[in-house]
Amino acid sequence: MSASRAEVCVTACAEAWRGDGEILAAAMGTCSVLGARLARLTFEPGLLTTDGGALLTAEPVPVGAPAGPAEGWLPFRDHLWLVQNGRRHVMMGASQIDRYGNTNISAIGDWTRPVSQLLGVRGAPGNTLCNPVSYWIPRHSTRVFVPKADVVSGVGSDRAAELGARASRFHDLRRVVTDLGVFDFGTPDGAMRLASVHPGVEVGQVVAATGFDLVIDGEVPQTRWPVEEELRLIREVLDPRGLRDREVRA
Amino acid sequence: MSGPVSKVMTAEEVVASLESGMTVGIGGWGSRRKPMALVRAVCGSALKDLTIVSCGGPDVGLLCAAGKVRRVVAPFVTLDSIPLEPHFRAARQSGAVGLTEYDEGMFMFGLLAAAHRLPFLPIRAGLGSDVMRVNPGLRTVRSPYDAAGRPYGGAGRGAGKDAGEDAEENTEENTEGSAEGSAEEEGEELVAVPALTLDAALIHLERADTRGNGRYLGPDPYLDDLFAKAAARTYLSCERLVDPGGLAGPPQTLLVSRMHVAGVVEAPAGAHFTECGDHDRDEAFQRHYAASAADPEAWAAFADRFLSGDETAYRDAVRRWHEERAG
Repeated sequence: MSASRAEVCVTACAEAWRGDGEILAAAMGTCSVLGARLARLTFEPGLLTTDGGALLTAEPVPVGAPAGPAEGWLPFRDHLWLVQNGRRHVMMGASQIDRYGNTNISAIGDWTRPVSQLLGVRGAPGNTLCNPVSYWIPRHSTRVFVPKADVVSGVGSDRAAELGARASRFHDLRRVVTDLGVFDFGTPDGAMRLASVHPGVEVGQVVAATGFDLVIDGEVPQTRWPVEEELRLIREVLDPRGLRDREVRA
Repeated sequence: MSGPVSKVMTAEEVVASLESGMTVGIGGWGSRRKPMALVRAVCGSALKDLTIVSCGGPDVGLLCAAGKVRRVVAPFVTLDSIPLEPHFRAARQSGAVGLTEYDEGMFMFGLLAAAHRLPFLPIRAGLGSDVMRVNPGLRTVRSPYDAAGRPYGGAGRGAGKDAGEDAEENTEENTEGSAEGSAEEEGEELVAVPALTLDAALIHLERADTRGNGRYLGPDPYLDDLFAKAAARTYLSCERLVDPGGLAGPPQTLLVSRMHVAGVVEAPAGAHFTECGDHDRDEAFQRHYAASAADPEAWAAFADRFLSGDETAYRDAVRRWHEERAG
């Protein structure tokens, strides 16, 4: 059975939560939401997932579907308290990300009078200081992968190091998943490394779409294909309407 | 008549009690349960130079478009199903409004501080991010305690009965930890979020009684009770007003108490076009709002059609707009 690029992205996102146990898998973006629920349905059954709103669902539900039975209640205030508490691994989006994983969802240009006002920092400063954080970026390009984020809403590895070991003890930048590959920060200075390229993607393509020097450690492995059971769950259970293909084109 | 007097007011009376230059908190979250009837009344008033404290949605957008805002205090401004708020973007990009941009947790802690008459609350969120750079007035504090709650420096607690014991424990701890260096001799640095004290707050709930008690029917209280407690006076609008004792339902949904409410306004569809427990978000109308906001001429037509009259006129205009679309 062959998988689409979007399906490879879903399982690559799901892998971000492997080994996390009984914590909230918070996700933003279709493939990321699907990944969290897929991980819970397969190799990480302890995860907690939401209906996209205030309910922790008793079972992982299809994207956009009603919550069904709830096993918990997590209105925004409790979600913000949970960030401080720490039992949460969030996969966020980013309009800009730099070599050290500093991210921007606030504004493009000079913050004082931006060229383009975006959402605002939202929970990114607290998320990155308090919880494991990964990113899902559906379109890998030099517009997003920039030498320097204009406004730092999500704290990267270099800034965390500057804060010192104690202040940054909960800072835990895990991985970045894009439509081209998977990236981590497992380098001596915390710079971004190409961890794997998705099937059908050349390393050169990733380098060309990245606006900074990406660490490439020898032979770059290929991101794993989804297994058959994962494809069945994605296609028949979690996303029968194919919303994933709107986010990542084939 | 016995018991508390009725606090029922009109939206116009609420607005008449506000003054230019005030700091006004607005409940709800993004494009959810916003007190839009009260916001529309502010837009139609002579008020100006307001500082708006909000988990921002079209409330912030409309007030910016109407020229009522000097500064926004917010962790975000969004329409949820439409990520970016066009009027807020325009106001920021033209430099028309100032912004105090906080992390969401910081924002909530600022409200919690104000609600509990504390000058600040410490939080980890914000450290290392540009929130510290773009808010030069933000300060940090050093914790006087270690992670286990034990004070630094044996003499810190004075001559209390337990002080000697604590000091002893603390010395041991410090000896053990001495390899970590002197940084461990003092406490962790945390962001001191200043209290978000409000002159007034505007919130919208599905039900309220004439005394100003309010119930929410949706799945999320948002931060509305904190806004109410953080404000010198709070005005509550509601979908439906009932007599005292008429707020049937689970007691934990009685979100706001009359002790924190100065006035209550009956405003059916008063959250429109944002979502509230009685209504889904009017997505079609929100799209029309956002598309109109992106173009000055279209916005003038929108404002003329929907925002030039009172709430009855607004509801009629929205109904006619939907009828026209249905063909």
